Amino acid sequence: MTWMPVSPKAAVKEVQDVTFLTAKAFASMFRRPFYVRDILTQMDIVGVGSLTVVMLTGFFTGAVLTLQSSKTLTTFGAVAFTGQLVAVSLVRELGPVLTSLMIAGRVGSGIASELGSMLVTEQINAMRALGTDPIKKLVVPRLLATTSMLPVATVMADAMGIIGGLFTSVFVLRISANLYLARAWNGLSYMDLFGGLLKPIVFGATVAIVSCHCGLRTYGGTQGVGRSTTQAVVVSSILIIIFNLFLTRLILVYTR
Amino acid sequence: MTTPILAMKNVVKYYGDAPILNGISFALFRGETKIIIGASGSGKSTILKLIMGLDRPDEGQIFVEGEDISKFNERRLVSVRQKIGMVFQESALFDSLTVRENVAYRLYELGVDENEIEGKVRQSLGFVGLEDAIDKMPSELSGGMKRRVALARALIDEPEIMLYDEPTAGLDPVTSKKINELIITLRDIKSVTGVFVTHRMRDAFTLATEYATNGDGQTTFHTEDNFICIANTRFLMLHNGKIIFEGPDEVLRRSKDEYIKRFLA
Repeated sequence: MTWMPVSPKAAVKEVQDVTFLTAKAFASMFRRPFYVRDILTQMDIVGVGSLTVVMLTGFFTGAVLTLQSSKTLTTFGAVAFTGQLVAVSLVRELGPVLTSLMIAGRVGSGIASELGSMLVTEQINAMRALGTDPIKKLVVPRLLATTSMLPVATVMADAMGIIGGLFTSVFVLRISANLYLARAWNGLSYMDLFGGLLKPIVFGATVAIVSCHCGLRTYGGTQGVGRSTTQAVVVSSILIIIFNLFLTRLILVYTR
Repeated sequence: MTTPILAMKNVVKYYGDAPILNGISFALFRGETKIIIGASGSGKSTILKLIMGLDRPDEGQIFVEGEDISKFNERRLVSVRQKIGMVFQESALFDSLTVRENVAYRLYELGVDENEIEGKVRQSLGFVGLEDAIDKMPSELSGGMKRRVALARALIDEPEIMLYDEPTAGLDPVTSKKINELIITLRDIKSVTGVFVTHRMRDAFTLATEYATNGDGQTTFHTEDNFICIANTRFLMLHNGKIIFEGPDEVLRRSKDEYIKRFLA
């Protein structure tokens, strides 16, 4: 794969560039001007625009999870606990990770290709020439939008997943809706909700920073835009999966 | 002695291991136009990017109104860029914004009043003859119209210095002539200092031999003759990262240098 750094020096440079971009983006958030319109536009693209795909993912994941887990739970005579298993799995792990992966694919690719195209057509240079800081104008709104909308999208995916599980439980497994929902509700703790919302915030920032970085260092014309787009999705997805391990461990340590 | 409005002193710029510019020095005084010519990849556009602060020199100094900007950070460069307008090679219009929003972009950033913006946008578009295209998107414009919108955008804040990066590349002769006349008008009527980068000698000589006068509010264009010689426009030719010629068009045409002769042929 062309993204893989060819030498340790290149790898260190890559990490250094991402760190600088992150630091500059966070520092720019508190300096005028504030591009509120751009932030709202990006929130619409990331949040409202991703709603259908996120809800469908959540619904069918919940439904499949219910079918798969019911088989094992039946072995132990614990099929009544299906609601709890589905809710906890979705809120703690599947909801944040799957939603983030879907948004990395949909939004991350969009960010990288848009910024990449702007770079190769000199629009970013034109922006700088006209007195605008591209990090403030382009990176900050995308970072804020992705970080704030991913938790919202995750809540929607979790809710749809539990509804998907409810459908399967009622119509396939013949578990009463009340029992399923009661188990789901009682099975969740506040720490599950906290962990389930913390993860998408971190994943959202990861998708935005990686995608902006890939877009802003595009080279090689339109072919380069394609390469940057692929890199943004692949790197974001891998980082989401890696960060999930560390975050899960961290959350478990503090909620023990 | 008058301070040049723009100057480069021993500027060196590397791309990879090879220097694209190697010890470039020149000065430009208020109201003058410098035409930078050279083959593709000779570093012409790099000079404009360095002046605008979009890139940094590896060695040497760049002066804008006597201030050395080569060590300026991004925030200090913003005030320098407000004195300079730039027309990019491929127009570089923001494709998600209308012509009005593109032209008004700098004013929006400066927080100028909406009514004042409207007036200035119409005036700027009027100068390039595109007032009717105000509500169009860049995708609806032809290549020549895009360049003229880019020119209007660069002129909106009435900059003292204009940088033109191959503004006529890829355009037909009629449209190129129109763009050249706008640049001549800026130079001769509005006294805007300019740096014009091109490898199209026809456009370069048009700029060096034609001038504009303004009588009764009507701009007319003339060609220099035995009595009038344009003195405010000079050539600068790049080859292998160095300046191989600097002077007026008459001297350039008579040059005995083999490379220059081949380039002009």
